[in-house]
Amino acid sequence: MTMTDDTTGVLGQRLLRREDPALLTGEARYTSDLPIPGALHLAVLRSPYARARILSVDTSAAAAMPGVTAVFSGADLADAWAGPMPCAWPVTEDMKSPTHYPLAVGQANYVGDGVACVLATSATAARDALDAIEVEYEPLEAVIDLEDALSDRVVIHDEIGTNRSYTWDLKIEESEGQVDRAFADAAYSVKARYIQQRLIPAAMEPRAVAAIPQPFGGDMTLYSATQVPHILKVMTALTLGIPEHQLRVVAPAVGGGFGSKLNVYAEELLCVALAKRTGSPVRWTETRSEGNQATIHGRGQIQDIELAADSDGRLTAVRVRLIGDMGAYLQLVTPGVPLLGAFLYAGVYELPKAYDFSCTSVFTNMTPTDAYRGAGRPEATYAIERAMDTLAAEIGIDPLELRRRNFIPTEAYPYEAMTGLVYDSGDHDRAATLAAEMIDYAGVRARQESQNVPGAAKRLGIGVSTYFEMCGLAPSRVLASLNYGAGGWEAATVRVLPTNKIQVVTGTAPHGQGHETAWSMIVAEKMGVSPDDVDVLHSDTAIAPLGLDTYGSRSLSVGGVAIAMACDKVIDKAKQIAAHQLEANPDDLEFSGGEFRVAGSPDRAMPLAAVAFEAFTAHNLPDGLEPNLEAHTTYDPPNFSWPFGTHMCLVEVDTETGEVDVLKYVAVDDCGNQVNPLIVDGQVHGGVVQGLAQALFEEAVYDADGNLQTSTLAEYLVPAASDVPAIETGHTITPSPTNQLGVKGIGEAGTIASTPAVINAIVDALSGLGVRDVPMPASPNTVWRAINEAQGGQQ
Amino acid sequence: MEITVTINGKSHTAEVEPRTLLVQFIREQVGLTGTNIGCDTSSCGACSVHVDGEAAKSCTLLAVQADGCSITTIEGMASADGTLHPMQQAFMENHGLQCGYCTPGMVMAATSLLAENPNPTEEEVRIGLEGNLCRCTGYHNIVQSVLACAKS
Repeated sequence: MTMTDDTTGVLGQRLLRREDPALLTGEARYTSDLPIPGALHLAVLRSPYARARILSVDTSAAAAMPGVTAVFSGADLADAWAGPMPCAWPVTEDMKSPTHYPLAVGQANYVGDGVACVLATSATAARDALDAIEVEYEPLEAVIDLEDALSDRVVIHDEIGTNRSYTWDLKIEESEGQVDRAFADAAYSVKARYIQQRLIPAAMEPRAVAAIPQPFGGDMTLYSATQVPHILKVMTALTLGIPEHQLRVVAPAVGGGFGSKLNVYAEELLCVALAKRTGSPVRWTETRSEGNQATIHGRGQIQDIELAADSDGRLTAVRVRLIGDMGAYLQLVTPGVPLLGAFLYAGVYELPKAYDFSCTSVFTNMTPTDAYRGAGRPEATYAIERAMDTLAAEIGIDPLELRRRNFIPTEAYPYEAMTGLVYDSGDHDRAATLAAEMIDYAGVRARQESQNVPGAAKRLGIGVSTYFEMCGLAPSRVLASLNYGAGGWEAATVRVLPTNKIQVVTGTAPHGQGHETAWSMIVAEKMGVSPDDVDVLHSDTAIAPLGLDTYGSRSLSVGGVAIAMACDKVIDKAKQIAAHQLEANPDDLEFSGGEFRVAGSPDRAMPLAAVAFEAFTAHNLPDGLEPNLEAHTTYDPPNFSWPFGTHMCLVEVDTETGEVDVLKYVAVDDCGNQVNPLIVDGQVHGGVVQGLAQALFEEAVYDADGNLQTSTLAEYLVPAASDVPAIETGHTITPSPTNQLGVKGIGEAGTIASTPAVINAIVDALSGLGVRDVPMPASPNTVWRAINEAQGGQQ
Repeated sequence: MEITVTINGKSHTAEVEPRTLLVQFIREQVGLTGTNIGCDTSSCGACSVHVDGEAAKSCTLLAVQADGCSITTIEGMASADGTLHPMQQAFMENHGLQCGYCTPGMVMAATSLLAENPNPTEEEVRIGLEGNLCRCTGYHNIVQSVLACAKS
């Protein structure tokens, strides 16, 4: 976008996105758009059984089909792997992880588990040939229910002898027995069970992969619709035993991820292995029905939460027991997802050291779960925010008032929580007050008095949700204490070209977040140039060799800050060159608006453009200074960042049909300083609707035999425009003190906050009818049943 | 079978298998990859194009059914001089896209919607676009984009 000449104050502008023209005109290339001459097409035969012994695989008929180049069973490819598929988060020393190969050998463990594959000259020929592969299965009993899994009545994986993957505890007490004492002494206590249903991420672009070998040179390029090209490179090299320096991973335009593309998938490994084996490019594009089965699912937890409170309603202890549904195998970070929530079950509230959390995660015969937008934090926030409403009802006070009594006070920041984590900054009361004003909280309460009378067909409800988002997964040392298999740093290079155009190389890997626009704004602000003069390079490990990619709302608060720090290094170097040219002391130079000036002598100045050219020609540099203006930074943040806010939802529930109409949705989010409020609002809108979709519409449904009943978008209800409300956004700004930009993440906030806001509103509407909880998704049928049950089946 | 289809003003004559979907023909045989495929049940609308001026999901038509038709894809919306179509411009100005994958289909559906109803209400826009799914924007800014385009 064209900018004015005045480049100061770029940060905070609603700059339009530079990514858009290519995306709006069809010019952008997603992985499946890439023209790859001579590519063979991969198709994967998937188990129709949730659990079955594979007795034999006969590929001969399929191999004889027209266009088919080769057919492989899992056993045929046993020698292709240096190791099993990776899980990078062994959360405990004794965590159990069943061996998992890209194609199953011996036993298939969920509907969709790959058992054989075809290479053919066209995608249709490859898919046609799948029908000709003869697999003899011995169906085995499947385990679908989490508590059934926990009982080990049927053990899914013989090799580990149990369905329990791990138990992870976090017990924090001032003195031993404090939690028990707090519950014994509590003036009020509540206990509730919530079910986090399985969700299907359903990014609009299905996954797609292409592996292009150089059989004689030895190099391999892997194109993938991935959020994590750098992590994928390391893991692919390890799993296939190929030299990492000969592997290049590129994520072209990527059509959304939400965590579902934060993984190392069987098809990525198959394409590379088969490209290596055949010497031909191999490509694969997922169909949606295939994706619903074979791309990770999200959520899948049973949560038991108990709160203890004193006579004022102030929390005195929290106890949480989780059962986590891992699915059939551990994918990249599957076991860690519940842990990401473990620190947030006290929400934004003051809690003494009286916290008892334990999670036991189990295997089931369903698609593996993994990180899905929010990953652990929406689950935690849902449980505490629903439980706070239940506590408010128990005490008989307004839920917003109960929250205010428990908020961590603003003056307590930076606040060391009972977990030992330090929350960087917060002002919960301000966010709650703004949200209450925007939705006219007092007015709604008054309307309820007149509307929610006995016999009312439509009842009004308001739901409140206050939240923290623990994001920017870092620092590395903290991640180490959680046994996470990687660090939390991010890399950046800033390079001033001879003509004063600037290249930025980032290790983040955007897939819809607008990093090119946002990062150019950071550089423009720091360097005093127009954002138009900044190019942002990313998502190709040959161009950006170092990085830890995009997930966990980390990109700005880690990657963006790294860029700002690299700019500082460039400015420092440029200052030395300018000082040399101006015959001044570098310490006497000021830099602003893209120009170096000698303090007190405004006529002695040198623009960055001139410095850049001097650095390039290197004709007259200070002694010992290297030519060119370029700096690299790897930034490991000192803390997580802690965005927070308050969401409120107003609903009208039809008590006769159970239908929920969302009348108004207000989101007040505080992500510190905003680089581009246009993008921030977009992130909030999308996040809110994804969380609202969990509350009202979406569920991956399995039958008792482990068949996925929602395997297409005709059955899995991703909401359409007509299903959701407009979102009213408001912001407070409480900068983070831990980084120079004062920024926090915003990618997951909407999803974290919205689900409990919606359900709290529905329960609030129906509380006069005796309804205390409504399970998710709150479909008309479910809501009607909850009303009917509360009315003793009289409805 | 041989078909002749005009796409973005240019005539294409080609041999197609009877089972070839229009979207496959557009992407694989004509090589216009701006039209995206997001599902296999005609649920998502990512593959929406204009067939004889009206929005259609190009996965619901066989290529042979489009024989003799005039089709516009997303590549045919901007002017040759690079000026974006007013709907594309409205999406850009209102941040009506994030990952961009649903966007070509959304733009095609939205232009068709305004051709039928030049001054829709917000609710009419929401209902008019219910055949097109987006996972990024929560639809808020897509709706704003269409309303802004109608206003201009």
